[in-house]
Order: sequence, then structure tokens, then C-alpha cells
Amino acid sequence: MPTMRGDAMRGLAVFISDIRNCKSREAELRRINKELTNIRQRFRADKTLDGYQKKKYVCKLLFIFLLGHDIDFGYMEAVNLLSSNKYTEKQIGYLFISVIMNSSTEMKQLIIQNIRNDLQSRNPIFVNLALQCVANIGDREMAVAFTNDIPRLLISGDTLDAVKQSAALCLLRLHRTSPDSLQLNTEWTARIIHLLNDQHLGVATAAVSLIDALVKRSPDEYKGCINLAVSRLSRIVTSSYTDFQDYTYYFVPAPWLCVKLLRLLQNYPPPDDPSIRSRLNECLDTILNKAQEPLKSKKVQHSNARNAVLFEAINLIIHMDCESSLLVRACNQLGQFLQNRETNLRYLALESMCLLATSEFSHEAVKKHQETVINALKSERDVSVRQRAVDLLYAMCDRSNAQDIVQEMLTYLETADYTIREEMVLKIAILSEKYAVDYKWYLDIMLKLIRIAGDFVSEEVWYRVIQVVVNRNDVQSYAAKIAFEALQAPACHENMVKVAGYILGEYGNLIALDPRSTPLIQFDLLHSKYHLCSPTTRCLILSTYMKFVNLFPEIKHHIQDILRHDSNYRSSDVEIQQRATEYLKLSEVCSPTVLATVLEIMPPYPEKQSPLLVRLKQKKPLMEAEGAVEPTSSATTTPVTVYIDDVPKLADTAQQQNGLLVSLDTPESNGHYEDSTFSSMTKPATSTVQSNKKFLLKNSDIIFENELIQIGIKGETTKSSMQIELYYGNKSNFNMTNFSSNISCTGELESELRMNMEPIKATIDSRAQIKQSGTIDCLKDFRDLPKMSITFYYNSMPQKIDFSFPVYLNKYIEKAAMDSNNFFLRWRNLEKPSQEFQKIFPAKFPMIYEDCHQKLEGFGWSSLTGIDVNSENFCGAGIIHTTTQQIGCLYRLEPNKQAKMYRLTIRASRDGVAKRLVELLEDQF
Amino acid sequence: MIRFILIQNRAGKTRLAKWFMNFHDDEKQKLIEEVHALVTVRDAKHTNFVEFRNFKIVYRRYAGLYFCICVDVNDNNLAYLEAIHNFVEVLNEFFHNVCELDLVFNFYKVYSVVDEMFLAGEIRETSQIKVLKQLTTLTSLE
Repeated sequence: MPTMRGDAMRGLAVFISDIRNCKSREAELRRINKELTNIRQRFRADKTLDGYQKKKYVCKLLFIFLLGHDIDFGYMEAVNLLSSNKYTEKQIGYLFISVIMNSSTEMKQLIIQNIRNDLQSRNPIFVNLALQCVANIGDREMAVAFTNDIPRLLISGDTLDAVKQSAALCLLRLHRTSPDSLQLNTEWTARIIHLLNDQHLGVATAAVSLIDALVKRSPDEYKGCINLAVSRLSRIVTSSYTDFQDYTYYFVPAPWLCVKLLRLLQNYPPPDDPSIRSRLNECLDTILNKAQEPLKSKKVQHSNARNAVLFEAINLIIHMDCESSLLVRACNQLGQFLQNRETNLRYLALESMCLLATSEFSHEAVKKHQETVINALKSERDVSVRQRAVDLLYAMCDRSNAQDIVQEMLTYLETADYTIREEMVLKIAILSEKYAVDYKWYLDIMLKLIRIAGDFVSEEVWYRVIQVVVNRNDVQSYAAKIAFEALQAPACHENMVKVAGYILGEYGNLIALDPRSTPLIQFDLLHSKYHLCSPTTRCLILSTYMKFVNLFPEIKHHIQDILRHDSNYRSSDVEIQQRATEYLKLSEVCSPTVLATVLEIMPPYPEKQSPLLVRLKQKKPLMEAEGAVEPTSSATTTPVTVYIDDVPKLADTAQQQNGLLVSLDTPESNGHYEDSTFSSMTKPATSTVQSNKKFLLKNSDIIFENELIQIGIKGETTKSSMQIELYYGNKSNFNMTNFSSNISCTGELESELRMNMEPIKATIDSRAQIKQSGTIDCLKDFRDLPKMSITFYYNSMPQKIDFSFPVYLNKYIEKAAMDSNNFFLRWRNLEKPSQEFQKIFPAKFPMIYEDCHQKLEGFGWSSLTGIDVNSENFCGAGIIHTTTQQIGCLYRLEPNKQAKMYRLTIRASRDGVAKRLVELLEDQF
Repeated sequence: MIRFILIQNRAGKTRLAKWFMNFHDDEKQKLIEEVHALVTVRDAKHTNFVEFRNFKIVYRRYAGLYFCICVDVNDNNLAYLEAIHNFVEVLNEFFHNVCELDLVFNFYKVYSVVDEMFLAGEIRETSQIKVLKQLTTLTSLE
């Protein structure tokens, strides 16, 4: 047993020893139950249990809980410990509630009261304990309860440093869990920012994390932090390691603070102020210089700490993407790392270079390392490093080096790890298509790909090959030739048979004059594979045979024999049987002209973006954020149809229309979503607005539905904050696993909306529904819609759904009532052209007064009577609440029943808002 | 941001689990098992980073114990790798040559060490001197 200190609880140590000595699980359970009985009795019987006893028993309960057993008593005793005036007792009390009771609400008020007492205590140790507890379990209620206490502790002059550190991170926790309940007074902004300058580096270290989060919420308000962050960084970077005794880690001054500061700066574009900017560039330059200095210690800790700062500096350089000299230096530095002994460094260098490859300044510099990267592919022992090398090759590929890179990747593919083969196949397929100058080259590559990695060629890949061949008539005869040759190989992958079968069925005639590939030879060759194939492939081949009947009438009777053969005509596989029967009949009864029409060659596929990119992203959802794939890579894609029924269906579609979301209206509007597993994020939000969007005027709607899943929304707004509930209903007969749902605000939206959704369960059982609550706060008036992205595994197939998330600006409107005088007074005050927007549009619905009235009210603002002289007209007002301002808006809707037209005029106190509101409303009447 | 910190031994026994996100208890158990399966198969020549669901694990092995930190994918790997080491050095100093048993018998103190160094999923204090001074003060209290 290790040596115990004076404060140790002897009984606890004995108990832990006992548990460790238990020989079996049963013995352990018996010992635990004995202890639980004992503790229960003590708690029940002995009212005069002293603090030490109580602490000891609560601690034992905690230990039992951590062993994986449920604890359903002792909560009160734990909470009692909070009011003890002994540190050790208080600590155990806080620990117990942090670990066990974090979601319990029963004693919430009592706990909050105790925390409040400790926050106001004169003993900084108690204050710290309370803060740490809130930082661990803080929630909405605590955010509300301590909205003043904690910021006060943070900025007050006489708070101890250690307390400030905890207070900063405590606020961060509350900000993350409940941003709207935590109101930070704007007068505090400057003082919070100035924590970056705090003498105590620990305070600065903690504070940067808080400021980073606040910056993300209101970048303009916290802009002042740029200057302070740069000067703090500069002071650390240019100092000697001896200047920061306590904060020097293996000869590196304050590495973690530097990393945090460098990350903070990545929230902003390069500083405008030339002096700050040159100071920052000096810092980055110094960091790059230091990387070249000889190491001060052989310990890996030294180089790791130094390189942690270096990599973050490189991230900032890439983020600013404007100093070409820094970018090129960064690239050279990473190039050195590619040869380093440390696997970690090689891995990180490959990862960072991926980002550099996307910058136009450094793309060429990255390409210089092509050979090294290819070597990494061949020699690295850790598969994750090889994976990064593949990523980098993919990122650095362009027209000039595509042939080499594709060739190298193909070579590596033969020996590559199974885990990354499918992804490599996709990448090779994408690159060879994207940079194909000569489509014969593309076809050679693709067939080779299928030959060496057939098992890993997903359907999208071979569908795409066929799409390309069908759409380019200059390669069709070449395709037929090499497909024919590929089939001659003794062992031929089934995917190859599919591709070759399809191509010969369409274009076999183009090579039929060659005596080496006459119709009969083609047919015999294909048929020699037939019996080795799965039923799905056989179906496809039967269709090819049928196409042969049309292309080569001379071999018709051979084919009819096959169709008539028992193994097809009476196949146990329904699909084969049906095809054999129908095709046979077709070949017997139809005249050649009819046949020629029915079996005409396939028309070109609509030119859409390759489904391969979509597939690649499905595999690696994280790459989207990393920006390693090209930016254009999301678009609508129609699933490729070869023979309609050769495309496997997503799942047996259980058509249940009765809606699992009993609490919501029945689905009538699936209008928001662009269906299918394929995403469509590039469509502008306005086009979705055309659809029937009930959530615009109501508080609930079905926002997405397909045969697997139904997603419903309910929302309620108070001022600038909307509480939403999302309901995910699994309509299928399988459980959905690894379920994840993400709503993202990109571009301008990032600073306009703040989402805070609670985590969601990873599994939705078949026919079950789960709920997710959250808040969406409006920081500024906005225009675009957030993107919702849902991924899950269904019957072990990955699924991905992307669509626009319907949160509209009008959700933040609050009704305003006023009389006629007031209305027109305000109306006249908003007379600048940028404040008004007007639109005349035809009526889409019957022009009924009541309906219009209801819709306008549903939109959020008032529909007032007695304002306009013309009683047919509608007038009303509302206030849009954002966290930073209130925007007044007034409207006037004038129906013209003769012309069946409306004129809608909106005026709003903030520029651009009127136009936005008109756009939302114009197709609703 | 740190999502959780785990200390596990080779057999998969958890010696510390500190969660900075709200998970259900059964989900926690699943995460613990997954992380164990993920890191124990890797050898010394591998990197100290490994992708994990939509996060990543930065880990380092000390004798029979794996110290794992789960962070966001774009977080700084080396900074967290050294944060682990910094933490281990503090534990080593605090427990005078720390061993696995110290973490078992003093589990409630380990939480205090964590709270001093990591809070709300962020690095709170990095100075070993400051942390140890504070911990010594705390142990001297009743």
C-alpha cells in the first residue's frame, strides 16, 4: 500500500484494499453490498455523524460509483458536506456532486445556495472550489444564478490570481452551455480583454480560452484583443527562456499560452493596423527562426513544446494566407520535418502541408516535396501517417503532376492497408477524371483500378466510369476494346464483368469487325464469366445479351438458348427468371425495328458533378471542415441509374405515412429538403424559400422526411433567443447507429446566429423517436439559412443528409401594437430609400381577408385594424430582437382584387432588413 | 477543447475518467472501451495521435498506464501531448514517484490535480511550481 498522508481516510483505504483483494467479481459485489448496507445504516441511524465520518462514507460511495455501480442514496449527506467549513470535507462534497449528481435536479436549489455562499466566502480556497464545481457542472440555472457573481470575481482588482483563473474558465463553461442566459455587461469587455496583459501568466492562459469563445460570439466587440494578443505574444517569443521561470517548459517560454494566443488570432483576418501587423509578422518570423536553432535539450519534451508553437504559427500563417514569404518558409520547414526521425513530426508535417497545398502562394512550394511524400507512402510504418501522405498527394495534385501522382497511388494501392483502400480508390478515380487530358488514359487507369482493387471499388466508382463512357463518344470504341481485353484475363473481378458487360452491350458493335472480337467471341467470352457471378451481375449480363440481340442479330439464337435454359428461365432468383422470360418473349415477338427502338443505346447522362466527391465526403465527414478537398465539392447529384433495377435500393422502403411525430402536424411539406443521400448545399437559400414552408408562419413543421427518417421542429422565441426542439423519428425497421446531427452556420451566418444544441444520443432504435433541445440566438439580422447535416449508419450503411435548416429572420419578431397616428409617424421616420422595400406580386391563393390576417399574425408581427383609410389594406408592426439591437419594422399590404395582385411595402430601421422580409413573405399570399 | 481525459491501464481498468461533455453513463462506458481498444494496439513507432469518431485522441503511455486526452480535430496535437506530460510530472512530484496504486487509493486527490490544471475543457495552469504550491497548501488543510 502506498504511504498515506495525515489527512487520509483509513477506512477508505481499507475498503479499497479489500476490493482489490477480491478474487472474483462475485466476491467484489458481496463486499460492495456489505459496505453499502453499512453506509446506509450509518446514514439512517446516526444523526450525529461527524463531518469526518460523513466525508469518509460519501467518498466510499463515490469509489463504488466509479467502479461502475449505481448509487441512489447519500446525496443529502454529500450536499451537507458543502456547508462544512473544513476544506477536505467540502472538497469531497463538491467532488461527489460533480461526478454523480450532475444531472440531478432535486437538490439543485440547495446546491446553488451552497455554491453562492462559497462564492461570497472570504476564503479564496472555498471560492475556488465553488468555481471549479460550476466549471464542471454549470448549466442554465447556474448561469442565471451567478450571472453577476462570477464576472465580478473575474474583473475585480482584489481577487487572487488562482481565483481569477477559475472564474475565467467557469464563465467559459456557462457561456458554452447557456450563452443566452449569461449576459456579460459590455462595460466589462475592455477589462476582460485586458486579462491578456495580466502579470500572472496563468491568468492570461486561462483568460485566452474565455476570450476566444467570446470573440467567436462578438468579434467586433472584442477586436481590441488583437493588439494585446500580438504584444503579449511578441514579449514571450522574443524573450529568453530564463525570463519566465515558472512558465518555461523544457527551455520553451510559455508554450501553451503562445499556442492559445496564436489560435485566438486565427479568429480574425490579418491585422489592419500596419504596426501591429508588422509586429505579428516579426513574431511569426522569430518562431520560424527558432525552429532552425540547435535544440537546447535532447528530451523530446523540448522539441515537442517548441514545435507545438511552430505548428500553430504555421496555422496562423496559412489562415492569413497573404504573406507569401512566410508561407514558403513554412513550407520549407515542414519539408524538413518530412525527413525527421519522429513519427509525430512527419505526421503533423504532412497534415499541415495539406493546408498549404490549397494556398495559391505555397501550392508550388508544396509540390517540390512530391517525391518525399511518395516515399512516405512506401516506407511509413504507421497507417495513419500513410493516410496523411495520401491526403497530401491528393491535395497537391494538379494538371502538371496528375499522371505521376495517380500512377504512384495506383502502385501503392496494390499493397495498401485494407482500411484505406476504398478511400484511395475514390481519390484515384476523382483525380484521374478531373485531370484527364486524354480520356483513354482515364479509362486505362480506371480499368486498372478495378483490376487491382476490385473489392474496394464502390458502386459510385464503376457507375461513374460508365457515365463518362456514355457521355463521350470519342472513347466508346476504345472503351469497348479495352473492356473486351480486360475480360480475357483468367481471373476477372466481378466489378470488371459489370463494367465490361455494360460497355459491350452498348458499344460491342464498334469492335465487332475485328476478327479477334467478333460478336460470337464477345458473347462467348462474356458468357464464360456468367456462372461465376452473383445474381445481380447476372441480371445485368442478361440485359447485355438482350442488347446483343439487337446489335448482332446473327447470334440471336445463341442468346435465346441461354435465356431458355433452366438455370435462367426457371432460376430460383425471381429477378433472373423474370428477365429471362421477358427478354425471351421480347426477342421472339418483336420486329427488328421495334427491338432497335426498345434497345436503343443509352442517352447521355446529364452532366452533374461526380458523385464520387460526395462519396468521399461521406466517408470522411471531417474533411469538409479541414478544407482539404476543393471548395466546389458539394452539389446536387442524381443517383446514377444504369439499368434502373440494377441499382441497389437504399433499403426496403417501409412506407409509413402516419408520422411518428404525434406531437406535430402530419407531414405535408417536405419542401425544404433536397432529397436523397446526396447533398445539395450549393443551392441558394432562396430556392428553398420557394417551397411550402410552414415553419415560416407556424411554430412547428416537418423539416425533413424520407423513407428512413422524419425530422420535426418546434420553436418558441423570446426576444433574441429561440428555444427549439427537434424530433428525430426512425421510420425504419433497423436501428440507426453513430447518429449525429450538426447545424452549422458558415460565412456571415457565423457571426449572426449562435446555435447551442444539446448533445444527441448516438442510437435511434427502430420506430423510435428522440428529442434534442437547444437554443438559437440571433446576434444580428441575417439572410442565409444554416446548414443541417445528419449522418448515421443504417443497416451498416453510412447515410448522410444535408439540407437547409429553416430558421428565418421573422422568428425573432415581436408584435407591436400602435394607433394610426403613431404608425404613420414612425412610417415617415423611416423614409431613407435603403430602409424601404416594395414589391408587387400576383396572388397565389384566394384573396380572403381572414387568411391574410392570420398569415401576417403568424409571421410574428401585428395585423392592426383601423390604421389605413382603406379597410381592405393590412398594416402592422413588429420589433426584431437581436442580442445587440432592436430593429423596428412596419409594413403595409395592399390587395388589388381586380388585378389579383398585392403590393407589399416594408420599412425597417436597419438597412437591408425590409428587403429580406419582403423576400420571405412575397410568396405566401 | 478537451472532451475527456482518461487514464487506463493495459488491462483496460480506468484509473481516471474526467468528462468535459455531458454523456450518459452507458455512453461513457462505451467510449472508455473504444479508446482502450484503439490505443493499446499501437506501438512505440506509431504517432501519439489517433482519429476517434469526430474527434481525436492524443495519448502517451507511461509504464502500464495510458494517458489519453480527447480533443477537437483541429486542436494542437503537440500542445496536448505535452500537457499530458506536464500533468504526469505534477502527479509524479505530488505523489513522490507516482505509481498506479497512488491513483487508485487517492482517486479523490487526482481529481483535485486535474481541476488545478484543466478546467472547463481548457488548460488552466501550466506552471508546475504554481500547481504544486497550491496542492501542498490544500493537503496541509484539514
